[in-house]
Amino acid sequence: MPTPILEISNLRKSYGQDVVLSDISLQLQEHEVKVLIGASGSGKSTLLRCVNLLEAVDDGQIFLDGVDISEVGTDADKVRSQIGSVFQAFNLFPHLTVLQNITLAPRKVHGKSREEAESEALSLLDRFSLKDKAHQYPDLLSGGQQQRVAILRAVINRPKVLLLDEVTSALDPILISEVLTLIAELKDQGMTMMIATHEMGFAHRVADELLFLHNGEICEAGSPETLLSHPETPQLNEFLTSLRGAGRL
Amino acid sequence: MTYEPSTLRLQRETARRRASRRSSLIALASTLVFGLILVAVIAGAPGFDRVKSSFFSGHYAWKALPQVLSGLWLNLRVMFIAEVFVLIFGLLIAITRTSRNPLLYPLRLLAAGYTDIFRGLPLLLVLLLVGLGIPGLQLSWLPNSAVLLGTVSLILTYSAYVAEVIRAGIEAVNPAQRMAGRALGLTQSQTQRFVILPQAIRKVTPPLLNDLVSLQKDSGLISVLGAIDAIRAAGIETAQSFNFTPYLVAGALFVALTIPLTRFTDWLTRKQDRARQHQGQW
Repeated sequence: MPTPILEISNLRKSYGQDVVLSDISLQLQEHEVKVLIGASGSGKSTLLRCVNLLEAVDDGQIFLDGVDISEVGTDADKVRSQIGSVFQAFNLFPHLTVLQNITLAPRKVHGKSREEAESEALSLLDRFSLKDKAHQYPDLLSGGQQQRVAILRAVINRPKVLLLDEVTSALDPILISEVLTLIAELKDQGMTMMIATHEMGFAHRVADELLFLHNGEICEAGSPETLLSHPETPQLNEFLTSLRGAGRL
Repeated sequence: MTYEPSTLRLQRETARRRASRRSSLIALASTLVFGLILVAVIAGAPGFDRVKSSFFSGHYAWKALPQVLSGLWLNLRVMFIAEVFVLIFGLLIAITRTSRNPLLYPLRLLAAGYTDIFRGLPLLLVLLLVGLGIPGLQLSWLPNSAVLLGTVSLILTYSAYVAEVIRAGIEAVNPAQRMAGRALGLTQSQTQRFVILPQAIRKVTPPLLNDLVSLQKDSGLISVLGAIDAIRAAGIETAQSFNFTPYLVAGALFVALTIPLTRFTDWLTRKQDRARQHQGQW
């Protein structure tokens, strides 16, 4: 087995008395897509935020490409430059055009020239049919377009792993599909991803492995087919039943 | 199918026209009455003729104009130089106060103390302390020109105000923006420079310009140190003729000087309001 791109071992995180993650271990191989599902508050977002060091971990270790990034004193900026992160609320920079949003990190973090960064960004925008938006400001774009730009802003840096944190939760149903299509295309191109989502159909479509989080633990893991049709634990069964009741499955 | 306005619509339109005509008539009548009362009170005042001749004399206004204008040229230079330094210092102080770098901790303390003191001290007092106190030290290597020390006082006072305005802008930027910047691998200072500050400055441009308008007119206060600016020049003319019209001339010139900037501020505020309305953010 080659070195996993991302390895988490016995990760633990709590806010005071409140244990958010307890004893999480997982390995993410190159080109693999793992999808985290679970109720709100199950720890999906916190897990992703620990990986890109937006949260400090209490116990356990995280290795990125074999390097321990959970050690105190790790250069967080350097780690984050190798990880792509996309959030629920897009968080595009409103004072910059789409093109400037996408080229900021390549120019300032990865030391590319403006010409190089822009031509790369334009070909990326072109590939995902957003080229005509290159010189517009984010507030003129639809939510789905904004989120696709936010994903490209992370992808252009060729991250070792892309973290997507409920990227469709703020979008209405019609806009969700264009974002999901983009993510599916990234998977086809071999992007290594860890995705937290409430979209079960999408999870089923892109996940190599599905992880069900419950109270900060990986309660059940396996292929989407197995997990979604033959849940073993009562917790997952209950979660799927409530999703079905809400018409989300 | 062609659209024929219904009787209902026609009735509504007539009623709206009537209401709007009535508003115009009320506004006109009230302005006339108000104006008449004002004229009656002022022109009817017992000392009106004397005030008129000693404050509104065309003869003295014309006579004092060249001196006052040349004084105003000094004000212009002082305000321009002060504005440049105020913006630079204000920005630096605001950045220092909002930074989290432990190395800058003593500077942060200093900046907090500085803004507290100079926002509270009346400008007149700062002018007297700096303008009379520093020459009083009799240190030969320190400059003691009234113009220079007056400008320094303006910069000291207004940098504190402007720093607070910019700091408020920095703190008004959504924290998620900082997180998004850091998540891309930008360092703390890169995030500050490329993500936070541009948004902060945009947010506070109208109040910032307002402070600059205030600085422009306060540049007239350096006259208390003896610098021959527009107000001082008017005072000299007044002392020769015992006619106060030169002060009024100086006042009119100051107003004329600040009006372009105030109008620009209004225009910018309106433009930003419209942009916000467009986004539906209230």
